[in-house]
Amino acid sequence: MLFDSEIFQITALSLQVSALATLLSLVIGLPFGTWLALGRFRGRDVILSIVNTGMALPPVVVGLVVAMSLWRSGPLGDWKLIYTPWAIVIAQVVIASPVVTGLTAAALAALDPRLSQQLLGLGASRPQMIWRLWREARLPLLAALMAGFGSVISEVGASMMVGGNIRGQTRVLTTAIVLETSKGEFESALALSALLLVITYLINLALTWIQQRGRRKVE
Amino acid sequence: MKRIFPILLILFLLATACSPTPAAPANPNLILATTTSTQDSGLLDVLIPLFEAESGYTVQTVAVGSGQAMKMGEEGNADVLLVHAPKSEVEFMANGFGKDRALVMHNDFIIVGPAADPAGIKGKPVVDALKAISAGSAEFVSRGDDSGTHKAELNLWKKAEYDPKSAAPAWYLESGQGMGATLTIASEKGAYTMTDRATYLANKDNLQLEIFVEGDNALLNVYHVITVSPEKWDTANYDGALAFLNFMIAPATQEVIGKFGVDNYGQPLFYPDADKTDAELGL
Repeated sequence: MLFDSEIFQITALSLQVSALATLLSLVIGLPFGTWLALGRFRGRDVILSIVNTGMALPPVVVGLVVAMSLWRSGPLGDWKLIYTPWAIVIAQVVIASPVVTGLTAAALAALDPRLSQQLLGLGASRPQMIWRLWREARLPLLAALMAGFGSVISEVGASMMVGGNIRGQTRVLTTAIVLETSKGEFESALALSALLLVITYLINLALTWIQQRGRRKVE
Repeated sequence: MKRIFPILLILFLLATACSPTPAAPANPNLILATTTSTQDSGLLDVLIPLFEAESGYTVQTVAVGSGQAMKMGEEGNADVLLVHAPKSEVEFMANGFGKDRALVMHNDFIIVGPAADPAGIKGKPVVDALKAISAGSAEFVSRGDDSGTHKAELNLWKKAEYDPKSAAPAWYLESGQGMGATLTIASEKGAYTMTDRATYLANKDNLQLEIFVEGDNALLNVYHVITVSPEKWDTANYDGALAFLNFMIAPATQEVIGKFGVDNYGQPLFYPDADKTDAELGL
């Protein structure tokens, strides 16, 4: 059975790792997705389709590739990150970035194309124009953020492989659920599952609240 | 020598093929809950087809830790178990969850670690080796998953008069994963771990780990087959379970078990024990 303090530590690590990974995915995905939505260049469709495929990247595949890179025998072995929370963050960024990128591109592409031209016509600089577009699309952009967070807080394959599920160090909620199940401790596994669902729900509730408040302002 | 196993296998298959086809069992689906070690070593890939051909049953193998396997038996989600956690098994039988239990085979545990052997355990008896590791000069990776291997490891720590669970020293890591993943972690971290020989041999090429402790009687890993009690669960396929139990202890099967792995590793991975008693294996 798990102790209360251990559950707290596991939950805190899950939240820290997934929040950081989501934030980094936003830093990567928002500019990249914007560039894909607004850019007019050859090969854009190819890149978009690759990003959209990336949205369905199986976490175990990401886990395998990141693990092999971070192993001592791997190209990034000198970083000594394998079986640390940082390794999980790296894998989760790889998983969430395409999600944020793809949904950002879709959100901005859904805006009226005349809007950006109008803004530029009114004398807005390019950064000002992009800032307006982001504000305009903030509801679907928040949805992109939620999807990114949802994809990492719930994944288990990559966290297991690159984190190692080491007790007190890299054990997160999903890997703890797998472990409790393999021990035949189905009650603990269910309790942890419920905890994971409640936390995910609360975070999405908060984001939805922000999103809807934004909607009322728009109206 | 290398040719003997395939020839035996063919003879066995011929023998089973020549015998009259058994009448199809009333309920042909049999769920076997077993440990990852029997599955990962490939032993079941050899045995299950033989059993299916001989008996007419279709076996659904669920490979999990011994803890989960026995839980599946307790809750009627499996018909027959092939597990290696003797103490828990005795309890399982005492609580009436199992009907029959038979000794099948054993393999052995070994303690492996980085070539430099920082704790200096090479060739020591297992208890002394664990005491040396507990000085903390290197990390030790435990399965930490209530599996048969994990339980055996905790037993050995008890013999070494050390309790890593409650002391929770920084050098004691719990992976909570299967043997293969745990070996990888130990190899990457330059740590010691206890493993069954079969999984180590199967993964040896990818690991920077060497054997330091082996051959101690305390390191035997004994497998029993248990039929789930039809009195507890009338949904259990008891006829099939009993047929599997009898198959596992039949002399022909025992011979296949004893030859398994010799081709690939130059040594057997499991030792047949159906003609022995628990006491002879020190249980």
